[in-house]
Amino acid sequence: MNPTRFNWFNATSLALGFGFLYLPILILIIFSFNDSKLVTVWGGFSTRWYVALFQDEAFMEAAWVTLRVALVSATFAAILGTMAAMVLIRAKRFPGRMLFSGMIYSPLVMPEVITGLSLLLLFVAIGLDRGYWTITLAHTTFAMCYVAVVVSSRLLSFDMSLEEAALDLGSTRLNTFFQVTLPIILPAIIAGWLLAFTLSLDDLVIASFTSGPGSTTLPMKIYSQVRLGVNPQINALSTILITLVAIGVVITSLLGKRQAEKEGKQ
Amino acid sequence: MNHSFNWGRFWLISIPFIWLLVFFLLPFIIVVKMSLSDMANAMPPYVPTLDLTQGWSSLMEYLKQLDFENYSFLMDDELYVLSYLSSLKIALISTFLTLLVGYPLAYGMAKMPEKWRPILLMMVILPFWTSFLIRVYSWIGILKGDGLLNSTLMALGLINEPLVIMNTTTAVYIGIVYSYLPFLVLPLYATLEKIDHSLLEAAADLGASPMKAFWQITFPMSLPGVVAGAFLVFIPAMGEFVIPDLLGGSETLMIGKTLWEEFFGNRDWPLASAVAVALLLLLVIPILFFQRMQEKQQEANS
Repeated sequence: MNPTRFNWFNATSLALGFGFLYLPILILIIFSFNDSKLVTVWGGFSTRWYVALFQDEAFMEAAWVTLRVALVSATFAAILGTMAAMVLIRAKRFPGRMLFSGMIYSPLVMPEVITGLSLLLLFVAIGLDRGYWTITLAHTTFAMCYVAVVVSSRLLSFDMSLEEAALDLGSTRLNTFFQVTLPIILPAIIAGWLLAFTLSLDDLVIASFTSGPGSTTLPMKIYSQVRLGVNPQINALSTILITLVAIGVVITSLLGKRQAEKEGKQ
Repeated sequence: MNHSFNWGRFWLISIPFIWLLVFFLLPFIIVVKMSLSDMANAMPPYVPTLDLTQGWSSLMEYLKQLDFENYSFLMDDELYVLSYLSSLKIALISTFLTLLVGYPLAYGMAKMPEKWRPILLMMVILPFWTSFLIRVYSWIGILKGDGLLNSTLMALGLINEPLVIMNTTTAVYIGIVYSYLPFLVLPLYATLEKIDHSLLEAAADLGASPMKAFWQITFPMSLPGVVAGAFLVFIPAMGEFVIPDLLGGSETLMIGKTLWEEFFGNRDWPLASAVAVALLLLLVIPILFFQRMQEKQQEANS
């Protein structure tokens, strides 16, 4: 669509839309620096909630568990998801292909309560002790489907003649993958890894079902506090998380832009 | 050509395939089996349990004990039927509301000068990356009785008594629209951006008013984006737990919350499983439809 001249209707809908998206987050950030414990009354600038947060051992412990789960599950999900994407795009015919693609797309729209419950029942049935590893397995499973979707869209635009040239020149399939295919789809794999990492950091429902005593994740900790009402310490924690995510998104989009420019030049 | 068995291809397919079979399909089979079991005061809290060391007769005995009791209970107890209907209603209404908010936003973005669009797109994606739980939480401080919305409106003299929004279904609508807005805007913007502007110019040349051109050209052409976005809001909204739990009140019945309470509150694993199976049956048609759309799109791209 071509841009038209300045139009009040469009300007208003943009302002209202983005206002709606950003105002609640902005208010949350502002009130994390509020000295007063009351969330609606401004009591002056203070960083006391940040100090309290870092001194709260239960929070730090939960943050550590969450980070470990996210790092490991995102890495497994990136590997399995890339393999699944190669299968989706390259392997046109094999027994169970319909089932395979169904199992890749279904978790994307599956209600989390069902995924959580079904995985918990699996872990109980095979007698696996619930804890850090069961959360990691659960997160790997649903995140690999997101990675598969991201990577497969990159593989679709992939110039197959590059691989064929390498194979003609005597490179083995494995070598071709690591020297030709992987460098080209790497940005998509990194994007998929970041998506898997964020989904894992964010997940409350699946983690609640699959965690055991002693392995509380940050969202579970936040949830148990938030149920009791608004809490300035949670505001401080939210501000830190939002800032980290914002920095991450800006950096990746700048990197993506540079990559696109580099490809444009070639 | 090499006609021997391609082991590389075999492992490439088998590893993710087996992973998904074990961690995605098998758990569902267990849920279905569990929904046919009965609750017990034991650990694990259900009967019968299968002990294969007892041989064939124990398997037959085990199968005999499975029944559809939980499902007939779901049909008889008003709570469950009402939960399903109310989830359906809330999901439909909030999908429509998201469309009302999201369409003008996506439209405005597509009409902006090209150099602005990537920044606007990033601004829509950014909230999607921040924690869902935190975004829902941010509304509690705004909507509650002595929250920011009420104190602002009262300070302005627009209302005399605080509005009761928190812990009502209205708050759930706001929460769903807010949380799922990016899911609707992204596919919608992608279709709106592709519409050829010369079509609108042609319509204008032939004397169509901008309003008429919108309803006869832009809107019909944006329908694939509307449908894709609507599914991405409707399906997760049906099974939503966090939003009705944190923003809704006791009157807000949603099936995701009912399942959670059945599982964590009543520790009735078999009944929670039956609720899950029933929810899945309701979602199977929209999910299959969504899958077909994804595959078609992929075929169209390749």
